[in-house]
Amino acid sequence: MAENTKSGEKYLMKGNEALAEAAIRAGCKCFFGYPITPQTELAAYMAKQMPKRGGVFLQAESELAAVNMLLGAASSGVRAMTSSSSPGISLKSEGISYMAGSDLPAVIINVQRGGPGLGSIQPSQSDYFQATHAMGHGDFNILVFAPNSVQEMADLAALAFDKADEYRIPAMILADGLLGQMMEPVSFHEIEPAHTDKSGWAANGHKNKRAHHIINSLYLDAPTLEKIVRERYERYAIIESREQRSESYMCEDAEILVVGYGAAARVAKSAVAQARAEGIKAGLFRPITLYPFPKDALREAAAGAKVLLDTELSMGQMIEDVKLAINCSKPVEFYGRTGGVVPTPGEILEKLRELNGGI
Amino acid sequence: MSVIFKRPHALLDVPTHYCPGCGHGIIHRLVAEVIDEMGIEGETVGICPVGCAVMAYDYFGCDMVEAPHGRAPAVATGVKRSNPNLHVFTYQGDGDLAAIGTAETVHSGTRGENIVIIFVNNTTYGMTGGQMAPTTLPGQVTQTTPYGRDVHTAGHPVKICELMSTLDGVALAQRVAIDSPAHIREAKNAIRKAFDNEANGRGLSIVEVLSTCPTNWGVTPAEAMEFVRSDMIPYYPLGVYKDVTAGEKEAR
Repeated sequence: MAENTKSGEKYLMKGNEALAEAAIRAGCKCFFGYPITPQTELAAYMAKQMPKRGGVFLQAESELAAVNMLLGAASSGVRAMTSSSSPGISLKSEGISYMAGSDLPAVIINVQRGGPGLGSIQPSQSDYFQATHAMGHGDFNILVFAPNSVQEMADLAALAFDKADEYRIPAMILADGLLGQMMEPVSFHEIEPAHTDKSGWAANGHKNKRAHHIINSLYLDAPTLEKIVRERYERYAIIESREQRSESYMCEDAEILVVGYGAAARVAKSAVAQARAEGIKAGLFRPITLYPFPKDALREAAAGAKVLLDTELSMGQMIEDVKLAINCSKPVEFYGRTGGVVPTPGEILEKLRELNGGI
Repeated sequence: MSVIFKRPHALLDVPTHYCPGCGHGIIHRLVAEVIDEMGIEGETVGICPVGCAVMAYDYFGCDMVEAPHGRAPAVATGVKRSNPNLHVFTYQGDGDLAAIGTAETVHSGTRGENIVIIFVNNTTYGMTGGQMAPTTLPGQVTQTTPYGRDVHTAGHPVKICELMSTLDGVALAQRVAIDSPAHIREAKNAIRKAFDNEANGRGLSIVEVLSTCPTNWGVTPAEAMEFVRSDMIPYYPLGVYKDVTAGEKEAR
């Protein structure tokens, strides 16, 4: 494990550790955790590093308590984070909804495992709907970033803090057990966390110099609540216009466009490279932000494709957003494994051959 | 003409939504008086519960955060740990603190979280129309115990001060009432002691205040005060259940 990491140096780290290190470097002052596999290394890294680097590590009595400690820390204006895995994220959804309704910036990590229920502890992407469409009760969105390497676990963690602050919105890193547990080289860039002035709203004591600040999500007057929700959706519209992120791989002349994110995209990339070697014109479109979904770039990447292949570690959740992005103008096929099973590149390749035969 | 009685600065000059005879007005005032006396309004953050006191953020002059149901001690923990120089208190009712928030209450106590908890026990969920609370007395009629609380099916009332006094991180666990001027003075002293403990880093202080809910009890304000005396205090004895400063005083 890296101790006192130096900027620009390469380190061999687990995804969970790289994410934690990047968060500390991004100015995360408080981490509130609760044990769950497969995010364990993240909390362990924080427990070791935070006290040495002027931060707070606290193991809460439950995911409910952890996310509400996050709410408290975010209310008082500091950068704070919590991490969990699928069953724990369900418990945190209460606090995430309250934070969204109180316009609080905070970062939540979901190192996904198989579900539903206690499910498995193997990698999964079956919390896509939850993260992007229903992260709690009420009308709201949160930013959702989907890394696909240990390097991106680090880079997107730093970005998540900046963007959460910029838009006063909770941000989630939607990783999975594969990305969290695997080791890869990673380097940490010298970054200056974007400074966001929180003095206009943070509940950190008025010092007898201003009116009191209230952090709240309750509005008993329905038209008032409607107005506030609508204003929030105006902010979401700005986010959707500015913050879509994606990567395109061999998409220019692709006849079969594979769409996948995170761990599924790693497998798909190998399959696309092998397909190309066989003369199959395949490409890969990889969403990096899941909210906002990169629909503009996907529409562009899909322009020349004859068929799309959505691949996920689930029974098919993102596929709905893929179909919507292209207005169902082309066939969208699906290949997924679930329950914690990760497909091999060979399985995707077989599907690509099959689709290529039908073109 | 000199002013001998005025609204505490930490209690804003706004109408409240509380019913006639409700104890929240008195208890809000006591908390605000203590904040004024200590001169800490500018460095204090209060955490509101879900329940009748949910809108206390409009009444207290310090910065305020509204917590999900039962989670006020966790939210307070987040505020206090991230800004240790702030004074942090929660203001919670019995359903919030002793049912849905029991884990947060107990574990903020075990951690010796350096916060103040003002616990208002009026034996009922007031905001939702008077359902059985964890503190509803045996035999007491509520909307969800229409035949009276049967302890064999609905369980026994929770005695929070007795429970919290067993935890090592708790500095003060004291039960007071607001049914008489003498008891109100006692309550004020307990709240002051709790805030003093917080200011001196002694750990978690919880002050349980036996209060009234004439609306949901279906009685007059005066009868409600009598119910506190005749029914609540016998079941929930007033007193200091734990005070880590007790020995210090003897030493002096």
